[in-house]
Amino acid sequence: MSANWDLAVIGAGPAGMSAAMAATRLGLKVGLLDEQPRPGGQIYRNPAQPTPEVLEALGEDYAHGMELIEKFRAADIDYRPGATVWDVMAGGEIAFLRDGRSAEVQARHVLLATGAIERPVPVPGWTLPGVMTVGAAQILLKTGGYVPDQPAVLVGGGPLLYLVAWQYLKAGAQIGAILETVPRSNLWSALPHASGMLSQGRLLAKGRRWLRDLRSARVRRIRGVTDVRIEGEGAAEAVTFQKGGRRQTIQTPLVLLHEGVIPNTHISLALGLEHGWNDIQQWWQPRLDDWGRADKPGFSVAGDGAGIWGAEAAEHLGLLAAHGAAMALGKDGLDQAGVAEARGALKSVAGARAFLDRLYRPARSQRVPAADDTIVCRCEEVTAGQVRQAARMGALGLTQAKAYTRCGMGPCQGRLCAPTVSALIAETRGLDDAEVPAYRPRPPFKPVTLGALAAPAFRAKAG
Amino acid sequence: MFRRLETASPVETVTVTVGGKPVTLPRGETAAAALVAAGEATGRTTPITGAPRGPYCMMGVCFDCLVMIDGAPNRQACMTEIRDGMRIERQVGARRIGG
Repeated sequence: MSANWDLAVIGAGPAGMSAAMAATRLGLKVGLLDEQPRPGGQIYRNPAQPTPEVLEALGEDYAHGMELIEKFRAADIDYRPGATVWDVMAGGEIAFLRDGRSAEVQARHVLLATGAIERPVPVPGWTLPGVMTVGAAQILLKTGGYVPDQPAVLVGGGPLLYLVAWQYLKAGAQIGAILETVPRSNLWSALPHASGMLSQGRLLAKGRRWLRDLRSARVRRIRGVTDVRIEGEGAAEAVTFQKGGRRQTIQTPLVLLHEGVIPNTHISLALGLEHGWNDIQQWWQPRLDDWGRADKPGFSVAGDGAGIWGAEAAEHLGLLAAHGAAMALGKDGLDQAGVAEARGALKSVAGARAFLDRLYRPARSQRVPAADDTIVCRCEEVTAGQVRQAARMGALGLTQAKAYTRCGMGPCQGRLCAPTVSALIAETRGLDDAEVPAYRPRPPFKPVTLGALAAPAFRAKAG
Repeated sequence: MFRRLETASPVETVTVTVGGKPVTLPRGETAAAALVAAGEATGRTTPITGAPRGPYCMMGVCFDCLVMIDGAPNRQACMTEIRDGMRIERQVGARRIGG
């Protein structure tokens, strides 16, 4: 049952798939653990039974993902789908749950390719049923062809929000309105980076097509929206907001929130890898060398988990990380042409990213609730006011705030509240966001039952 | 809240129950999709205030889609693939140990 790999990759998104394939070509024995039943990650999240109607609505980038998945499936990789990693130890041992049982593998080098999660949007009413993230709604579209049956309201900003609106349009679903919360002044900080965006012709054309199609379909876009609240008895019924000094209300049972994505740093933070604060993307990211290697030997990170670069860059970063791991393991015969191509492509993506990150940098009010009674920790139902109180009592970070209030102590283990709690502590203590230490998750990374832990031992005894 | 895009291609289906009500949907989908297909926005009520919650992130991060599956509590609906005859039920309040 337990395997010995040269390289263990965690996550089967574009970075993980690309890294695993490249490492195999470099002669490494590669295994890949992924929580989903099928490869692709969230960006190329793929259904068991794809239908032409859904593929048509998703567009050509998704079709590229399907090709990547096909190549990945054909490669010589010990691929373990449905595997939830719950511990990664300093010596390269990885514990994971699969089919209700815990198992372990041993790797000489570990590559985290855990991707991104959506930034929490802690507005009043965000916990009501009928409120989801834009990404969640897109997963329903990708995996089952689900579209809103009544006009949904999309709130926030960023490329994914417009992409999903456009995909809904193509699928014939109605959109109630797009409420844009991104400050219009962002444009001034983004403009100096416009040349980087202009050099990415294909990306630019894509974005312009989405916005043009939304405009010609007369989708209602309301800019400069602030103070968003979702109201309803037992489920979402309406979204209200402030616009031009006036409060407005739109009735809807489905509110989709999006304020961009942040690196999923749960395991990299738990491992104690060195991280730095990215002030534009407003979250931590591991400090890596040019080959994706972290400060602790034996660990690398690639893809959006290392900072938000997007799916295209993730494939290149995966290839570079595979080379970094191969070099660390003393392999030679690197693919110099492949490396040069990846580095060139990344340089060009970085230019566009600098523009987009600044243009869609979320408003502080969408990240840090003004009202004390807004829930911040969904699991333990801890409010912004309670976290502010904890900060006044001396909480320096989520670790202390957790002891005072239980925030971050529920099943999500702080994944969803940490960004908000850190920002609230920074605000209350008069610090910069970067001065509030990142939280330190502990294993098990996902809840594990005693039965799952005991299963291998019982089997050994019975055998 | 949601409807499924119609398709001309043949799709293999399975039937589960959501709160006792049979729901038929394509094989390979999740229990959270079954909630959505059944028009059920709420999958659980919270242990602390009893507030209703439903699927929020659909990717295993938020744990708000916890439901009872075949009598077992605290199942992440969005991470559980459906099987024929699966019983998906609302999880009400806190769990009991061994319950």
